[in-house]
Amino acid sequence: MVKVLIYPMTSLILSDMVERFGHQPLGSALSIRERIQTPSIESPPLQISPEEPKKGLRYAAVEVPSGVRGRMAILGPQMEEAEAAIIITDADFAFGCMGCARTNELIKYLVRNRHIPTLELRYPRDEEEGKKFVTALREFLASLGGKKS
Amino acid sequence: MTVPVRIAQLSCGPEYSGIQEEINEAARAVGAEIFHPDIALKDIIRDFDIVGLEVASPDLRLSIARAKALVEGRIEADAVFICTCFRCAEGAIVRNELRRYIHDKSLLPVVSYSFTERTTSGTLLTRMEALTTIARRRALLAREKQEGITLGVDSGSSTTKAIVMKDNVIIGKGWLPTIEVVGSADAAVKAALEEADIQRKDIQAVGTTGYGRYLVGNHLNANLIQEELTVNSKGAVYLSDRQRGTSTVIDIGGMDNKAISVHDGIPGTFTMGGICAGASGRFLEMTAKRLGVDITELGPLAMKGKAVRVPMNSYCIVFGTQSLVNALAAGSTPQDVAAAACHSVAEQVFEQQLQEIEIKEPVIMVGGTSLIEGLVHAMGELLQTRIIVPRYSQYIGAVGSALLASGFIKGE
Repeated sequence: MVKVLIYPMTSLILSDMVERFGHQPLGSALSIRERIQTPSIESPPLQISPEEPKKGLRYAAVEVPSGVRGRMAILGPQMEEAEAAIIITDADFAFGCMGCARTNELIKYLVRNRHIPTLELRYPRDEEEGKKFVTALREFLASLGGKKS
Repeated sequence: MTVPVRIAQLSCGPEYSGIQEEINEAARAVGAEIFHPDIALKDIIRDFDIVGLEVASPDLRLSIARAKALVEGRIEADAVFICTCFRCAEGAIVRNELRRYIHDKSLLPVVSYSFTERTTSGTLLTRMEALTTIARRRALLAREKQEGITLGVDSGSSTTKAIVMKDNVIIGKGWLPTIEVVGSADAAVKAALEEADIQRKDIQAVGTTGYGRYLVGNHLNANLIQEELTVNSKGAVYLSDRQRGTSTVIDIGGMDNKAISVHDGIPGTFTMGGICAGASGRFLEMTAKRLGVDITELGPLAMKGKAVRVPMNSYCIVFGTQSLVNALAAGSTPQDVAAAACHSVAEQVFEQQLQEIEIKEPVIMVGGTSLIEGLVHAMGELLQTRIIVPRYSQYIGAVGSALLASGFIKGE
């Protein structure tokens, strides 16, 4: 079992695929769920307090907008934990969507610089591309030592 | 129970900056509620294309789609609050363009703000209060004439002003530095009543505004306690006799600046703030002190000088003062330094705030700083227009309060 970072980190489809191959997906759903379920923080809706953008200074300097740093405080630790990554570029909003383009650029850059096994794919535009897309994902996940399906 | 004013929030980043609850709290404090308009996925894609503003961040695309739904009436709201992260260029472009878009295509009052993780509900309170006032009290703001005997008090950060009005005429004035908030207000009211030759018991309604409005308002048992954005707009168009049509009100205060685009006496878009005291009246006070002149003499002195002869950038009050000291040490004349200080403050307000609203003529300058001739001249040069400074402009908040308070005599 390998910890696989997914991008877009909100993609439930991608998360599900990684899980089906016996790996642990690292995405935003998990980190946000943990946060929402943590008692005694009163900072709805995501229970992110003004302390998070400060923690985000680990990934981006103070002149970087607070929204980027706040997002990095949540997503950055997952990125550090990852042993492999799947990056889907130009994804449809319905597939997975992350709100801030600058944060997205930073995450992809930092993942690429970790030099872990990474699969980068463009989101398919038609059925033919869709088949190739799923095959590539399946092969990558299998190559990480996951289950075959 | 009063129905809360519904404020639609168009934003990117506040929940990740940990300040969403601060926004909610500021709205709750003025009897409003924040909501996030629901939009279908297909609308985001379609409206993004229609508006034509190409942005990369999905949250900003969502804001564009929400703005379009509000303008078209597919979603109902009483007001709009737009906010994005401070220092985000893409966010700033969308924020400004959406504010303009909503302002041009609807009657919805809109205010925008760029936040950091340090933004608090207190910072947002005046803006939210102005938004809810415009949405809720249009009838009151439509008042164009003062009636009966009313008292208006403006408890500002630097000075406290009081005005007594009777049948649309100013009959008493009080003005003094704010030291102890309630004490200063009492003294200003006393002076105004004495000049008006009126007893406190004869006052039919009281209105308060400014930083100390709640404290003073409660102390005076005021009928109207109102933030200065709407009150000053009202006071400005009233004193300038420009109650109908469009105008722009600029108030460079002791602690912050306000730029308000007004239509028929009601604020449409407005900005409030200032990056540093270097862009406020406080810097001019410091300049006057350093030059050894009274603040009332700074304006005429500046009119005799040339700003271009002194390099000055008062983006920060410390660096601005440094430029001032350096210029004097290098032999610059007090006249040129005074002119440069006025130009520097005007330039910063122009660059930082006036870019964010629609400048519509006539431009009216109000507040204590509008009496500094050199500052008004510098602003006029930057805007390429003749600026109106109405009589009693330094009493603007107090006049606006007295005018609006008269609406309470008959229970408007």
